[in-house]
This record gives sequence, structure tokens and C-alpha cells, in this order.
Amino acid sequence: MSFFFLDYCYICQERILPDISWKALFSPEKESFICTDCRGKFERIEGETCRICSRPFQQIDNPFRDEDVCYDCFRWEEDPEWQGVLEKNTSMFVYNEFLREVIAKFKYRGDYMLVKVFSESFRKKVQGLVVDVFVPIPLSEERLYERGFNQTEAILIEAGLQPSNILTRIHTEKQSKKSRTERIHLPQVFQLLPNPQIEGKKILLVDDIYTTGSTLRHAAKLLKQAGAATIQSITIGR
Amino acid sequence: MRFILFHNKLIPQKTNTNGSKRISQMDLIPQPQPNPNYPFNPKLQLLLSGKQLLFDDIPFPLEEIQEHYENGYVTYRKGIKYTAGKKPYCVRCGNKKPYWFAVYPCARCQEACIYCRRCLMMGRISECTPLIGWNGPMPDAPLPSKILAWQGSLSQGQLEASKRVVEAILQNKEWLIWAVCGAGKTEVLFAGIEAALATKKRICIATPRTDVVLELTPRLKSAFPDIPIASLYGGSEDRHVFAPLTIATTHQLLRFYQAFDAMILDEVDAFPYTVEEALQHAAVQARKLTSSMIYLTATPNEKWQRECRTGKRAFTTIPARYHRHPLSVPEFVWCGNWKKSLRKGKLPENVLCWIKTRLQNNKQSLLFFPHISLMEEALPLVKKLAPATEAVHAEDPCRKDKVQRMRKKEILFLLTTTILERGVTFPNIDVAVIGAEDLIFTESALVQIAGRAGRSKEYPKGVVTFFHYGKTNEMIKAKRQIVSMNREGIARGLIDV
Repeated sequence: MSFFFLDYCYICQERILPDISWKALFSPEKESFICTDCRGKFERIEGETCRICSRPFQQIDNPFRDEDVCYDCFRWEEDPEWQGVLEKNTSMFVYNEFLREVIAKFKYRGDYMLVKVFSESFRKKVQGLVVDVFVPIPLSEERLYERGFNQTEAILIEAGLQPSNILTRIHTEKQSKKSRTERIHLPQVFQLLPNPQIEGKKILLVDDIYTTGSTLRHAAKLLKQAGAATIQSITIGR
Repeated sequence: MRFILFHNKLIPQKTNTNGSKRISQMDLIPQPQPNPNYPFNPKLQLLLSGKQLLFDDIPFPLEEIQEHYENGYVTYRKGIKYTAGKKPYCVRCGNKKPYWFAVYPCARCQEACIYCRRCLMMGRISECTPLIGWNGPMPDAPLPSKILAWQGSLSQGQLEASKRVVEAILQNKEWLIWAVCGAGKTEVLFAGIEAALATKKRICIATPRTDVVLELTPRLKSAFPDIPIASLYGGSEDRHVFAPLTIATTHQLLRFYQAFDAMILDEVDAFPYTVEEALQHAAVQARKLTSSMIYLTATPNEKWQRECRTGKRAFTTIPARYHRHPLSVPEFVWCGNWKKSLRKGKLPENVLCWIKTRLQNNKQSLLFFPHISLMEEALPLVKKLAPATEAVHAEDPCRKDKVQRMRKKEILFLLTTTILERGVTFPNIDVAVIGAEDLIFTESALVQIAGRAGRSKEYPKGVVTFFHYGKTNEMIKAKRQIVSMNREGIARGLIDV
């Protein structure tokens, strides 16, 4: 916050009016990147959620949950191939229309600066976890060139955390254009770099959105096979 | 992307090779002359003529584009340049404001790369982004034997302006057409467009609003049935169409570079000055160095009006509507502290009376409010009197539907913010502004609002009332402008008295 230079909201470009008060003068708040209107449009994930994927239960009907696990996760856990591969996912916000637009502008339009909108909440979420290695979900080389940056790596860097780029991705069609079944029965799209040194380590995978959990589980499986102790994940949207 | 200079040509590099630079850091960009023996791709010619696109916009492989560059048919220009003070500015949108720039670690040039956030939605421009254009011959568009199919006739005022437009286009001049609301501006352009096309000039009509592009396109298509027309707005399909006649939002002009011999800029006053500045930049970039520029407006800003009066700006007025009746002159009515009344759940007595009279005569009316919140407080009060009342504002999802229902006469009173101040036409209405003293109601807004009344030949008269809590200069200037237009119309014999 500054008294003399007006800030503009990173999302809607409207002016952010400085909070001129004694409190603001003596205990200046952290820089505010977005206006109160936009802040209000983010829905934090609250209340009862799925034990594994942190899907809010408010949104879904009873037949689609099995005690503290949502039906999607139940199906994953039922399959011995996938059981326990992903220990837990934490998500920051509900993937509503507003978040969809912000993420689209961030990763597809390539407005790198929007990373600052997420980094503070991201840092807070990570503080509560015990992590040895931070692994961003990678883009294929072609996609990385197209976009100019990897959005998940950007979030880690901006939060002051060291990303370990031990995963690579084989170039395929965009995930967002596929159905759930297609995504689950996908051949492994990730590869692990030689000698990743993750044996017995606690890993945190980072992605932008959790949709079916397929991407994260495929990556997690590879890390598990290489000897990682536990794999958790964190995403912006759920 | 990075480049190296080799044999006096730029060669793109996908990695950070030794001696490579980003295009913004190049001291000089060599431009080979077109090689007459090179068989250039005509599809690329159609796509790139008069444009400035990014590699991402072009559905041809990099190798092919590079080959055209090396043979002199394609140009590379810097997307970001620097001012004398080493500050970045965006060549495409003209942005110089530091807060509209940001830096990111770029995978394309493997450096910290500055990008422009203002025109980001048209594709990201950064220090390593070249703007790609055409350096070869222009595509040839064959002319039909008959260009203009429109058969209507022009009013005397329209005719005079129409001649000026033709003259300005043929002589590459700048001209302002100051035409009152409902003068019939579009028809005034037809002769000028015909003259431009006949002399093989590429012409563009640009307007700030998508609505206007959508409304103009079918009208021009029926007036010029055998001329290919590109209609450009965010998300339109004609994005890569080459046409002798282009209708575009001012935003879309950012993709053009020295393309047009004649540019018609409609409703130049429709946006606040800062936005207008960016749009002016786009319009200037998109026209050729030698070209004509026609400005159309019903409400030029104060600076332009002064330039007209002092003879610094060439202009023609159309002071009267095509139906030869005078414009409705607004009546000022003091309505006391109307906000306070609203808070008490009441409308001021004279406003109430105004509404009741319309209700008795079953006369459709538009009621303008300065802010959404005040309008919403008034809505139930009006609705109590007349159930066929609705309110619209810019973000209203049902906006189009409500306007449509107003047209079908299913709504009697439509409450609105300034969003309906221009562009919409209802044939037989009265207009009221509640709180005309608010800062949002500028001279031009008030002239436009008053211009909603009396649009049709069948109902050329409509009452315009400004309810206010203290007259403002803007109100007085608006009224003065309307009165003086009427006076000029009578003097020039364009209004029947």
C-alpha cells in the first residue's frame, strides 16, 4: 500500500483506493494486489471436505460420497493400482467461473503477474505441511515454449520455494479437452529424470486445478515407484 | 525467441545461443528487398497485408515465414521499444505507463522479459516478440461493375456532408462530420465508400463498440452486395479475411499496420479521454501515411468544438434530422433533494406527476439515473404505479432481452443508467433524466440522451425533461448545443417550420 501512488487491481484494473487511517500508517498491511470486489469473488474451500481430494461436500449429494471420501476418490482407492498413491490433495479455492477466468488469463493469455494474486495464500497453505521436495507439474517442451512459462513453477518461485523439476512431460493433446475416462486410462505422460534422489522423501506436487485427479495421480505413481515416502499435492482450484 | 545477425539477415534461434539477442535489443533490423523470382505464398500475402501479427497468430510454419523474410516479403518489427529514458513502450498499443508492464522469466528467450499487459488479450507482446508484417505487393481485389446498390435518397443536409466525405477521401484529407443524433450518418458515408473502392483504396470503418459493428455490417453488406466485407470484433470469424472494406472495433485495429487509405472513425467521443488516447493510437497506426481520416460524431468534446469554431479543424455539420423536424429541446425542472426523497421511499412530486401523465397517455418512456443503486431504489416505486416497468444497466444479463421487450412495447417505463445513452432507437418515447446534475451526465451524454426522443418520422416530437437538484454547466451547454443546431438547421433550410 502507498499513500501517494495509486495501485491498480491486477485482475479488474480498477484503482485500489488506499486505506488512509492511523492503523494503516503505523502498521502497514502487506501490499494489496487486488481490489476488495475481486477478493470477494474468490471462494475459499471451507467446511466439510473429502479426506483425500478436499472436494467440498456442500456441493455434492449424499449418494456421491462414502463417509469422508468422495465417490471419485473412492473409485481411485478401490483400484489396487492406485490405492494410496496420492495421500492427500489440498486446494485453495473453489473452481468457480471467476477463478476459471483468472486462471485462464494467467496461463493461457500468459499474464505472469497474476501469480502474485495466489502466492500469499499458497505460502500459507504450504506452511502447514511437512515437505522435503516441491515438484511442479511440468509442461511439455512444446507447450512451455508456446506459453512462455510454467504456471505451477511460477507459483512456487513467487512463494519463495525451490521447485525441483524432476518430472518431464511427453507432448500430447491438452488435458482440458478430454473426458474423465479418457484421462484415467491414459498411458503415463510423465517421465522421471535419472537419479532424482527422492528416496524416503516427502513430496509436494503442485498443479493449478484438480479436476479428476488423474494428472496428479499419474505423477505421484511415478514418484512412488522411485521410492518417495509420501506424496501430497496442492492446487489453486478444486 | 532470439535472433542472430548473419549475412545481414535476422536468423531466429530457439535457444540462447552465443551472440543471439532479443529483437528489442537489436540495433538495426535489416530488411531484404523483395526477390522478384521468389514464388511467394499468396495465402500469406492475404493474411499479412497491412497487418502486424505475432508468430502465434499465423497458421504457417516458422520456416516458411522466415523464408519470406529472407526473400524480402515479410517484415519483422520490434514489439517493445524504449523511450529516450530507457522506459519500455508497446509498439502495438502505444502503452507507456509503467504499471501496465510486467516482467516474467521467459522460456522463449531464456531471460527476464518485459511484456505489455494492456493489449495482452490480443496475444502477449514482450521484448522477444517480433511483429510480423508484409513487404510485398498488395493482393488484388477485382471490382464489380456496379459497386453501390443502395437506392435511397439523401436529405439536403446529408447530401452536403456526403459530398465533403467523397472529397476528403479522394484528396486524403482529415474531416469531421458533426451530425445530430438521428441525422442518418451511415447513408452519408455510402458515396465516400463507393469513391474509395472505385479508386482501389482500402477503407475501414472503426467504432469503439461491438454493437455498432454488428449493426453496421448487414447494412453495408446490402448496400455493397458484391464487395467482400470483413467484420471484425472480439471473437469474430473474419479475423484473417482480407477485404477492401473492413468494419472493425477500434480494438481490432491494433492488428493492422499502415493498411488503410481511408479511415472512418465513428463515435470518437464514446469513451473517456484515457481510453480514447489508446484508440487514437490504434487508428493512427492502422492508416497509411498518406490517407484520409473521417471523424463522425454527434457530440464532439469541448476541445474539438473549440477547434471547429476557431477554424483549426475542417468540419461539416448536419444540424437536422432526416425527417426535417427540430431536435427536442430539454426542459429543466428542479426536483429538490431527490436522493433524500428516494431514501424515504418517495419520488419527488413533479417526477411522480411526470410519470403519471405518461401512464395515463400510455406513452413509453426512458428514465435515466446516474447510478445503479439509486435506480434500484426507484424501481419499486415506479413499478407500484406501472407494473410494466423494468431497469437495465451495463452488467445486466437480460439487457438485450429488456431492450427487445421495450421495442415490442411490452415495457412502458424503462429505467436505465447511461448505458442506453446512445445507439438504441425506440420510435415514440419521452425521456427524463433524474438527477441531471450528477457528474456522470456530461454535455455529450446529455445531448445523446436528449437525442433518444423524436427519432421516427411518424413521431418526430418527444418530450425531454432534465430533473435536477441544481443546474450544472454541462446541462446548460447541452441545451445550448441542441438549440444552436436547431437554429442552424432552420437557417440552412433543413428544418420545416
